[in-house]
Formats: sequence, structure tokens, C-alpha cells
Amino acid sequence: MNAFLQFEHISKTFPGVQALGDVSFSVSEGNVHALVGENGAGKSTLLKILSGASAPSAGCVRVAGTERRFASSAEAIRAGVAVIHQELQLAPDLSVAENIYLGNLPARIGILNRKQLRADAQRQLQRLGEDIDPFTPIRQLSMAQRQMVEIAKALARGAKILAFDEPTSSLSSREVQRLFAIIRELQRANHVILYVSHRLDEIFSLCDSATVLRDGRHVQTFTDLKTVSSDMLVNSMVGRNIADVFQYQARAHGAMALELVGVSSRSLPKPASFGVKQGEIVGLFGLVGAGRSELMRLLYGAERMRTGTVHICGEPVVIRSPADAIRKGLMFCPEDRKQHGIVAVRSVLENINMSARRIHSHAGVLINERWERANANRQIRQLGIRTPSPRQLMRNLSGGNQQKAILARWLSEKIKVILLDEPTRGIDVGAKSEVYSIIFDLARQGVGVVIASSDLPEALGICDRLLIMRHGEIVGELAREQASEAAALRLALPAGESVGARQCAEGEVNGLR
Amino acid sequence: MAYVEKDEVRVSADEASQELSNQTTRSTPLISSLLRIWWEQAGMLVVFFAVFVGCALFVENFFSRVNMISLMLAISTLGMVACTMLFCLASGDFDLSIGSVVAFSGVLAAVVINRTGNVALGITCAIAAAGAVGLFNGIVIAKFGINALIATLATMQIARGLAFIISGGRAVGVSQESFFLLGNSSLWGIPTPVWITLACFVLFGFLLRQTTFGRNTLAIGGNREAAHLAGIAVDRTKIIIFTTQGLMAGLAGIVLASRMTSGQPNVSEGFELQVISACVLGGISLTGGVGNIGCVIAGVLIMGTVQNAMNLMSVPTFYQRIVTGVILLSAVLFDRLRQHQSRA
Repeated sequence: MNAFLQFEHISKTFPGVQALGDVSFSVSEGNVHALVGENGAGKSTLLKILSGASAPSAGCVRVAGTERRFASSAEAIRAGVAVIHQELQLAPDLSVAENIYLGNLPARIGILNRKQLRADAQRQLQRLGEDIDPFTPIRQLSMAQRQMVEIAKALARGAKILAFDEPTSSLSSREVQRLFAIIRELQRANHVILYVSHRLDEIFSLCDSATVLRDGRHVQTFTDLKTVSSDMLVNSMVGRNIADVFQYQARAHGAMALELVGVSSRSLPKPASFGVKQGEIVGLFGLVGAGRSELMRLLYGAERMRTGTVHICGEPVVIRSPADAIRKGLMFCPEDRKQHGIVAVRSVLENINMSARRIHSHAGVLINERWERANANRQIRQLGIRTPSPRQLMRNLSGGNQQKAILARWLSEKIKVILLDEPTRGIDVGAKSEVYSIIFDLARQGVGVVIASSDLPEALGICDRLLIMRHGEIVGELAREQASEAAALRLALPAGESVGARQCAEGEVNGLR
Repeated sequence: MAYVEKDEVRVSADEASQELSNQTTRSTPLISSLLRIWWEQAGMLVVFFAVFVGCALFVENFFSRVNMISLMLAISTLGMVACTMLFCLASGDFDLSIGSVVAFSGVLAAVVINRTGNVALGITCAIAAAGAVGLFNGIVIAKFGINALIATLATMQIARGLAFIISGGRAVGVSQESFFLLGNSSLWGIPTPVWITLACFVLFGFLLRQTTFGRNTLAIGGNREAAHLAGIAVDRTKIIIFTTQGLMAGLAGIVLASRMTSGQPNVSEGFELQVISACVLGGISLTGGVGNIGCVIAGVLIMGTVQNAMNLMSVPTFYQRIVTGVILLSAVLFDRLRQHQSRA
């Protein structure tokens, strides 16, 4: 077999972080190749390089033996490479047909030939066994149908290499089977398929070979997956003992730090009640959309509270805005760091001091330069934020260091309770364990900590107690001793869900995040 | 330059001198890095000096005392309003109503002074009314979440309409001579409006850099949602920004009316775009979060100098517009180029 698609010594560095280091492997025609690894292993970076969305710092991609340096997605498409992204890249208000032929519409002297467009699009869709009217707007299609349109679009442009990035994350099990049938069809037609997923069952049923990435490094390539066991693949992906990352330490708990009774809002109509003791780490676990973020935003005053009372350290508090919450000692790290956490165009110092500077300013107005510098330097040192200088712009830091800078913002305040929404999302493993150790430090100092996580091993690894949410409601509680993945999932999954779906979801959670 | 702050540069200057002590034998790195720092830091001011020296050498009568004073006067109105526009732009918004507010405030002052004979009352009323327009802008934008483009486009029309209504569509000559002092007196040979503008540069430069208000403005422009979640009073800050913008436009309108000895309802058409152009010319980003008073000063100076020189060379007004447009565009392209260089 000759290799059709080759990655040769690909490296990619961003300011402060090496996303990929010396990755080499190849895929031959008619082969479905899995690309596996944990979050942050470098899978998406590699796909970006393949699709021309970013350029490698070193190394090159070869297609059919020719060295290629895609300067843009358009070039990659011309070379026959198509990446089907997790978030599909379709124009929602245009029709199916227009999307398939976007940028390449059949026209004569600039006037659209609708008849030909319809016929062409229909032909493409029929190849995939789809029976959609080509002039339906994308908006009206299901996720599975949109994915088919995306595949049709790739084939219409003559793509030889198709890369799928977590294609099944929003599909039902029947839709997954259809997608697999189509991928096998493409395989028979001698296409080169790159399949990125963290669901092991899918990989073993679909793929012929696999490459494992870990922390941006190429760990291993299995040329024949039939000879590989699931444990072998897992070990090469994880490469370490998970408990080492968390370093859980038991602590004594004090009085109630945060207590809420019957709290509800418009997006969270069912009243929620729970308490967090000083020094306690409580996890909020639930599937996507269970209401974890909504509950945190509500407590923080970012959304309006309809009913309920909140006590912080025994005192009743009314929180109408984030500023109120901060003054009362309640802090919040949002889930979406880029959108809601950092100010990318300002310096690390600015980002750290943004909130607490009001306390230290002269007469509440004038900046206290000396405090600002001292505090920024202290936080950078204590939390190990890797930055060449406090004046470095925030956007040049890696995700983990940005997250530490946001934690530093709250450590500059008098903090009683902290709400952390997915604090380790999208940061590399080393930074993760540093974030965990900051969280344990806070708890040891008597801060009440609430962590929302969709990462079950993480929630089990660091929390003293788990609260399970489902459909905007707290449906159960598990102490650390009784908490297990099975117990947490039983509560988190909707009642009456089929056994298959449950297994699938368990697979997802066990499946190696 | 837009993305580089003074202190950041200071740090890299330290690094540069360290680099020098490591490699004393090679002098090129120091010189080139010092040059680079100086260039990033003061790029647009350098451009201004180049333009200024060029004009002084090649344009007749440019570097004369009379022309220098008329140049400063011409810049003064632009400079005053650009100070508060800096805050609008830094917070990620802009204000299109200022040209109309300048006219409205001048006319209102003239009318009130003529009716009551009280200069102080006229000035107070005009500035308060202009501040009210700004406050209205701020509330509509911050509290009702209306896009600043739409909101200030509306108040631009409203304020202009009001200016025409209260003046009856004609220039309103002021009868009290003491009103003319504001625009036509001078101290140590420099006209009062220039002093006012200089004071504004100092005041607003200080506000942006040294106060929580200024830092919050930049944080809001950088990421509004993050600023809100960090406990910054976003709505209040925005309202204050637009109100000061209105007050400044009011002051500029009065100074202008005083210089012209009358309130004219049709002055300052397109003034808002001149002010925004001057800021952008100086290197302030329209996306918010970045900016300092140095950019404003550089932008205003370049714009004023070029216009002044064109007047001296008696370039027809129609051609002047083309030149202004080309300069603006090339300044922005040039700035982009420089940023790419400093990032690489």
C-alpha cells in the first residue's frame, strides 16, 4: 500500500505553548485512519494544518507524494482535502444547493442557473442517499442532514481526502449508523478518511488504523487496529495514572460558606437548594444543558433571580449584579474563557487587577500603581503564571496561563466562595494539575468551592461531594465515598432513555477525556 | 503602535539593555531594537514631525508666527472633542452626534445670551443641554442596548434640527462683547482655545491612564462581557463616557461661536467624521480596548498640519477632501503594516 496522505515532522508552536511537536504518519487510499488523544492532545491543531486554516511551524503535508503548504482553506480544497468540522460550516439562510456549490455556483455570464443547480445538487445528495429538496434552507435541517450536506459539499468539490472531526457528537445512534455506512462507501470508492473521535467503540468498528497523540506529541501509530485491544489504545492515549493529576487531599470543613434555598430563574424554573461548607469542594455534574452554568450565573447575579434566598457565611445577601456578588465575597470563573473571562488586548497586569483595584485605588478613583505592580507580580509568582512580563498582552498567553490569570483576579479579592465553571476546559494536562492545586489551596484556606464539570473523572477526582443536575434540576447528591462513574451517570441521564444511549453516554464519559 | 503600551515598551527597553550587556561587542542589536521601540512607541508622532518639517521647508509662510497661531486655533476644536472621542473609541463605541451638538450648543448659547444678556447663563445652558444630549445617547446605548451607530445617528439629526429651529435657520449674532473673550483672547501669546485644548489633553490623558474610570473604559472596550463579569459597572461607565462626550462637544461649540462672534446652525457638518479620522490616524483601533492620548495628539496634529499646508498652497477645497481621504487610508494601511512587522 502506498501512502496517499503523509504528515512529515509537523510542529506547531503558539506563543507560550507547543501545540504539536514532530508528528509524522501517513494514510493510504481506501483507508479509514483514526486520530485519537485526550482534549488538548493536538488533534484539532493537526486538522487545522491539514485544512489550511493554520500553517505548521515546521514540517510539511504531502498529498499523493507532492509536498503541500496550504496557505488557505481554498488551496486545501483545490488539492482535494476537505475537513468536516464539529461545528458545521454552512450558511444557515442559504439553501442546501447553494451551500453545496458555494463559491462555485453554476452560472452563465454571472446569472445563476437554478435549473442546473437543482439537478447537480440533487445528484450529489442522491449519491449519499439523502432525499432533501435542494432548495430547503439549511436552518430547517437536522444536524445529521446538515452533516450530509457538508459531505456532499466536500464531494462536489472533488475532495479525495476527507477528515471528520468528532462527527457523531450530536447524532442519534441511528444517524451514526448511516454516517458509518457512508464513510464505508467512501472508503470503497478509494477515498482517504481521517476520523477524529474519542469514542473507542466507534473507532474499533470503523477504522483500519490509528494514530495516537498526547500533549502534542506523536505517541504511536497502529497500522492494523484488528490486532490492538482497547486497553492498549487507552494506555497509549493516557500514558499516566489519572489519580496523579488530581492529587486529592482530604480537608476539614468549617461552617456554611454558601447556602441557597429555593433559588430559581427564568432559565432555571425548578427551585434549587444546596449548601457548601468552608473548605469544601462541591462538584456540579450533569450532561450538556443540565443547567450547571445557568445556576452559577444566577448565583453570581449575571441572571435575574426569581425566587429564593442566598446566605454567604451565614449572612443573607441579595445579589443583583456581578459587582454585588464580588463585594459579598462570591467569585465566578466563566466557562468560555475567551468570550467571558479575559480581555485579550489588555495586559496580564490589567486582567489580574481589573476587579480588586477599586479597593486599593486612592479615593476610589486614582490608580494605585504601586499596589497594582506588587499584586500582579505576587500573583504571577504564586500561581506560576508563565509570562515574560506583567505587561505582556493577555492574548499571547496559553490557555492554562490565561485561566490562572483569571484565578489570580479573584485571589486578589477577599474571597469566601468561588464558582468555577469548567475551569480546566481546553488547557493542557500540566496546567490542569496546577489549576487543581490552586483549587485545593483555596479550599484549605477555608473558601467554599463549587465546580461545574462535564468531565466525570475530573469531578470524581477533586470533589468532596457531587451534586448531579438533570434538566435544570438538582436530582441527587453523592458523597465522595459513594461516588462512582456509574452512580453519577445513573442520576445524570434522563429517565427512560434507552439502554443503548446510556451505554453510549457512559462510553463517552469513560471514553477517555 | 495601537497595540503597544508605554510600559510594555519600557520593559522591552530594559530587555534590550540587558541584551546589550550580554553582547557588548555587537552594537547593532541595541541600535536596531532601540530604533524599533522608538518607532513602535512614537510612530505617528514621528510622522507628524516629518510632515511638519517638510511643510516648514517647502510651504511658504507655513512656519510664520501668524500661521502657527492659526494652525493651533484650527486644531483646537478638533483636539478638544477628540479627547472624549478617545474614550468612546476605547470603550468600543463611537459618537456621530458631536458635529450637530457643536452647532446646537453654539446657537443655544447665542440665543440665551441675546435674550437674557447674561453670558455665564448662556454658556451654562448650552453646555448643560449638550451634556443632556450625551446623557441621552449614553442611556439609549447602555440601558436599551441600541447600537451606538444608530443611536448617535438619530441624535445627530435631532440636535441639528434643534439648532436650526432655535436659530430660525440663520446665524445668531451675539450682542455681548464679553462672550468673544473666550475665543479671541490670548495668554502669553497663545490663544485661549489652544490653552483649553492643552488642558483637555492633560486631563483626559490622565483620566485614561491613572484612574479606575479610564482603565475600566479600556477593559469594556476589550471585552464587554468579561468586564461586566469582573464586576465593572459597564452601563454606568458608558453613560459617563457619552455624557462627557456631549459636554465636550458643548464646550467646543461655545468656543467656536465665540470665535465667530455668532451661533451658526450649519457649522461642523461632517465634524464627527473628522474627529474619528484624526483618532484613527493616530493609531486608535475602532474595535476598542486600545488607545492613549498620544495617538489622539498625533492624529489631530497631522490632520491639522496637512489641512493648513493645503490652505497655504491654495489647494481647492474639493481636492483637499481627496487628499484627506487618501491620507487616512494610507495611515491605517501603514499602521497595519507596522503591526505585522512588530508581531513577526
